[in-house]
Amino acid sequence: MDISNLLKICIKALLNNKMRCFLTMLGIIIGVASVIAMLAIGNGSKQSIRAEIGSMGSNMIMISPGNGRFGGVRQSGSSMQTLKLSDYESIVRQASYIDKITPTVQSSGQAVKGAKNTPTSIYGVNEQYLDIRGYEIASGSCFTESDILHANKVCIVGQTVVNELFSDGTDPLGQTIRFGKIPMKIIGVLASKGYNSMGQDQDDLLIAPYTTVQKRVLAINYIQGITASALSEEYTDQAIDEITKILQTNHNIRIGQDNDFNVRSQQEMMETMSSVMDMLTVLLAAVAGISLIVGGIGIMNIMYVSVTERTREIGLRMSIGAKGRQILLQFLIESIIISVAGGLIGVVLGVAAAKIIALFGTPTAVSTFSIVLSFLVCVFTGVFFGWYPARKAAGLNPIDALRYE
Amino acid sequence: MNEIIRLEQIKREFIVGEEVVRALRGVSFTITQGEFVTIMGTSGSGKSTLLNILGCLDVATSGEYYLDGVSVRQMSKNDRATLRNRKIGFIFQNYNLLPKTTSIENVELPLMYNRHVSHSERRERAIAALKEVGLGDRLTHRSNQLSGGQMQRVAIARALVNDPVIILADEATGNLDTRTSYEVLALFQRLHRDGRTILFVTHNPELASFSSRTITLRDGRITSDIRNDRIASAAEVLAAMPKEEEE
Repeated sequence: MDISNLLKICIKALLNNKMRCFLTMLGIIIGVASVIAMLAIGNGSKQSIRAEIGSMGSNMIMISPGNGRFGGVRQSGSSMQTLKLSDYESIVRQASYIDKITPTVQSSGQAVKGAKNTPTSIYGVNEQYLDIRGYEIASGSCFTESDILHANKVCIVGQTVVNELFSDGTDPLGQTIRFGKIPMKIIGVLASKGYNSMGQDQDDLLIAPYTTVQKRVLAINYIQGITASALSEEYTDQAIDEITKILQTNHNIRIGQDNDFNVRSQQEMMETMSSVMDMLTVLLAAVAGISLIVGGIGIMNIMYVSVTERTREIGLRMSIGAKGRQILLQFLIESIIISVAGGLIGVVLGVAAAKIIALFGTPTAVSTFSIVLSFLVCVFTGVFFGWYPARKAAGLNPIDALRYE
Repeated sequence: MNEIIRLEQIKREFIVGEEVVRALRGVSFTITQGEFVTIMGTSGSGKSTLLNILGCLDVATSGEYYLDGVSVRQMSKNDRATLRNRKIGFIFQNYNLLPKTTSIENVELPLMYNRHVSHSERRERAIAALKEVGLGDRLTHRSNQLSGGQMQRVAIARALVNDPVIILADEATGNLDTRTSYEVLALFQRLHRDGRTILFVTHNPELASFSSRTITLRDGRITSDIRNDRIASAAEVLAAMPKEEEE
């Protein structure tokens, strides 16, 4: 008997039991659809987080004061005053894997223009900050070294601040606003960057020379952090090592002692986030995979019932010349048809579900891998769970099978 | 005359627990082409066991069985399956048609397991077989839309479609009412006249007079083997019967 005859027999047998066949398929359909949808959600979130972090600059390195002791009491990093401008200067002098670098100081407060005001943050940095963070100036220009040297009261504003303070449409360039009590002249407007993956508005800020923020806003002489960029992504680790060594020397930290600063890279953050998302994805897929197994057991169950129910048919087929192998193939193919058809429908539904979920704002990305994987799992399920019932059918004695009531 | 079946001292023993049940204790006979043989016996006489062996579904414990000149005893399971497919036509008491399946598809079934028969030839032969049993107008009826007699005639067509050397009928009229039984019997007689070799197993002594030879089994042995020169005509009996509609 050639395979096309066998296929005809199988499809015929399945069509004779449409409802049962569909219900069996349903297990597989739900299993596959949920595997694909879950993996799509996992992948989508991961991709969007990677993209967000990447847009901040994937070779970015952040140095912040670390936890330290102050008279026996552990202090939080932000209250530490261990980073000095001299640290920044020695990194600039000594580091070879660093492309751009800026000291950072930051303060929150109220930006005021006439009758309008808005809460925002001011970042005190040098002119390299824009390149490191990937900000672009939409109009105007950046401040100069001379502005930094003289702690000039100039600033660059983000779009959100512009929208709040200049909602009437006047050109903010050249205007003077106040941050707290300090009047500042707007010399540039940033191009909008939107929200980042943590939900922070990246346009809600003022950028000013770090000296201005240090001296005029905060009245401090230390710096709160250093942000740098490695020459390229692959040099990030070397750059981190280098900076760590320079700072350890500067701070007289002996081997075995805790560092009083932290050096972290954007890449590290990305990896942490990715691994969290990977774990989540695996978890989701595992849950969905379980439903696929349950679907497979459903197939096995139905095929067993089917073999019992069709014992006489099997006996007849054997008596008119069907070999055991042909009976085995018939039942195996039936279960494969159920699982593959269920798998195909599941793939379609899963992709559709992913698209619908995406409409509601959760990012999804259907990967070819997940489709191929779940489809292969389906075929495997069909063979695996169809095998035993098919073996049972093929092993029947035709004499007994014909008499079966 | 061609020898279709030759049995030589066929014995069949079953082991049930500790006990050995001797279903057949040395059965020998030959059937030549064109015979219509009734095998008669009460239940437990061994006629079912004999039929299973003749139908190559079972093998004898000892003794030789030649079907169309080929020894069956040493054959593998798969070879016997092929032999059944090519040389034997089975007819069962309970028809054994596939449910929800058309007459043509039911009749085509044996040819589905023969790779040498093409799709179109299969269909042609199925239609021819159905016409031969008088069901030319029931080709696409499903088995659940047919009466008992019609179902049995589909089953007979299925047994004819592979052009077997022998037709084995197991209580083929057992599930039918008297009138339909005679109709089916008349069909068998017509096939016999056309030169088919038929072996009809039954426990009903009335049916013996319609065949050309009757072998009676008892306790696994042949007790009589009678040739019948005056074959009664089932068609005549049928004609003599009052019509059902008139009752």
